[in-house]
Amino acid sequence: MKKGSQPTFEETAGTYIENAQLRRNIGHATKTIRDKRQLVVQELDDWEELREAGRQIKQKVMNNLDRYLLQLEKSVSKAGGVVHWAADAEDANRIITNLIKEKKGTDVVKVKSITTDEIRLNQALENEGIHALETDLAELIVQLAGDEPSHILVPAIHKNRAEIRELFKSKLNLKELSDEPADLAEAARLYLRKNFLKAKVGISGGNFAVAETGTVAVVESEGNGRMCTTLPDTLITVLGIEKIVPEWKDIEVFMQLLPRSSTAERMNPYNTFWTGTTEGDGPQKFHLVLLDNGRTNVLDDETGRQTLHCIRCSACLNVCPVYERTGGHAYHSVYPGPIGAILTPQLRGLDDRSAASLPYASSLCGACYEVCPVKINIPEVLLHLRNKVVLHQKKEGGFRQKTDPVHLAMKFLARAFSKRSRYERLQKMGRAGQWFYKKDGTISKLPGQLSKWTAIRDVKPVPEKTFREWWRDRK
Amino acid sequence: MVEGSEMSSSRDKILQRIDQALGNRTDSTDDVVERRYHQISELTAQEKVNLFQERVDEYKAATERVSEGELPGKLKKLCEEAGIKKLVLPPGIDENWLSELPKSMTFLHDEPQPLSKTQLNESDAVLTNCFLGVAQTGTIILNAGPGQGRRVLTLLPDIHICVIRQDQIVGILPEAIRKLDQTVSESGAPVTFISGPSATSDIELDRVEGVHGPRKLHVFIISES
Ligand code: SF4
Repeated sequence: MKKGSQPTFEETAGTYIENAQLRRNIGHATKTIRDKRQLVVQELDDWEELREAGRQIKQKVMNNLDRYLLQLEKSVSKAGGVVHWAADAEDANRIITNLIKEKKGTDVVKVKSITTDEIRLNQALENEGIHALETDLAELIVQLAGDEPSHILVPAIHKNRAEIRELFKSKLNLKELSDEPADLAEAARLYLRKNFLKAKVGISGGNFAVAETGTVAVVESEGNGRMCTTLPDTLITVLGIEKIVPEWKDIEVFMQLLPRSSTAERMNPYNTFWTGTTEGDGPQKFHLVLLDNGRTNVLDDETGRQTLHCIRCSACLNVCPVYERTGGHAYHSVYPGPIGAILTPQLRGLDDRSAASLPYASSLCGACYEVCPVKINIPEVLLHLRNKVVLHQKKEGGFRQKTDPVHLAMKFLARAFSKRSRYERLQKMGRAGQWFYKKDGTISKLPGQLSKWTAIRDVKPVPEKTFREWWRDRK
Repeated sequence: MVEGSEMSSSRDKILQRIDQALGNRTDSTDDVVERRYHQISELTAQEKVNLFQERVDEYKAATERVSEGELPGKLKKLCEEAGIKKLVLPPGIDENWLSELPKSMTFLHDEPQPLSKTQLNESDAVLTNCFLGVAQTGTIILNAGPGQGRRVLTLLPDIHICVIRQDQIVGILPEAIRKLDQTVSESGAPVTFISGPSATSDIELDRVEGVHGPRKLHVFIISES
């Protein structure tokens, strides 16, 4: 049985492309951030040195991941926190549910975190009667609409102000509300402030965790991250095991790379760094949940491993010509765009046909590699994964996959190209058979399975005399 | 599946998977990271303070350059103009700064009794100093020291008034991170970076200042020139 009921990229991309409103919103967003990013990156004459340092730090982490995790566990515990280990989503959700139930809390505030989206935490909590309120403006919009985020950084980018106004009016019970962004933000501020003040438990993700000191970082703009990590009595932070950095000093590298790549600012408005618990200041109980959920599979692949360097800045989304046209939903994953195309199939495994379709959602133009602040060679990993997908389908697939015309054609061509005599014989055959399809020097329609190739392109016929023949006859 | 693996904890499982994934490791525990980026800025003191002010301004925060002696008067003026009646004061704040504020104002001290969330939420503003400023990014850094107080003090009030001395401004981020070494590794106090007032660009990428944190940030820079 094939896992996953999600459609493949190919199956739905067309529908999203046809949605003109969506394309306009996404196009506007990606272009704006892309241009701004360029300006703030140019300002730093040591940008390349920072990228290289970032890459090296992450590589060092991956090569010694177990050692750093144990070091982090020790330093967090020493600073008054409690560390939990979750092998998969189910594990993590169970741990978090139990922690909240212990606190007898049902009011939980949450700051945007893709990691918690990945494990479908909100749904798991809802099943246990716990409502986790999203406090990031965009996430609140997405949550109220019962929708899915479409961009790592601006999850509600697919909604415009008029749509948001209607949503707030009906869901927040407001009679009067304009569609000015400032008024909409004010409405959300008032609604959420009440909830912040009474919440007993806060849930966050984390951008970085320092193994040496046990310090965890949340990088944000709105202040809801500060609220969630400061106001409740208990704080639960879910952290992918790859988010570790060895030393406090490493923060100086990532805090220059991340804001400029992400929101295209010199620094984003708020960054909070906390080390365990502090008496009289902020949550007195701190739980850190370390999440694997497929990350060790990624680590297991030497080419794919660099995917774990990702600091979720979303710069690669904003430069991707594919993402710009389809938007995030076509990827059917919490990780869209180029990073999603390499991370999702590795996390979910190639049995998942939706995930396995993602390495093909790219033109391999290489723009993502160029902007990536930690120099992940995304095109390299894409090609590597395409290869793995083909091998996997051949191995696991049934009769249909094995007799797939594309496979057979490739096999046939591989044989033909492997020997000069075979190749030339094929050319001769082509020359003999093509007269019927040739029109004005091109072929626009081939028969049978080959018609798929010519459906969207013309083919040059085999010439009367090939270069090889001319070369031989020249003397 | 390895036998008995259901029995082993998630912790063991994860560590074992990592060990398997990494295979035969050459001893890479010491691989050195090349830090060829700037670690020290070449700006003069004057350039630092100018750049800091310029960059903070760009975040739509308000900045004012004052001398030590001018501060109380300027603070009084700000409170009048912004209609600040209830002012939160962290322990260790410089009392001299308050000398010209009218007696009719309410001063909310976080000591000896810590203020409640409701009191903070109903206040108008908070006055603090800070640990550091970073010129290149226009960032103010708090580390819960005297004159700054608990994190919540600078979070719930609607206006944050922050005072920084010229000599607290460093040029670039690496310099600030080094100075925070002791805070994170010894005292373990929380650290907050503030770069302008809270903001969102979530609606059609229109930047709106002031979502959850203080909607206004007012920075007094004490410089003696
Ligand atoms: S892959 Fe690179 S560019 Fe893309 S989100 Fe991750 S860090 Fe950013």
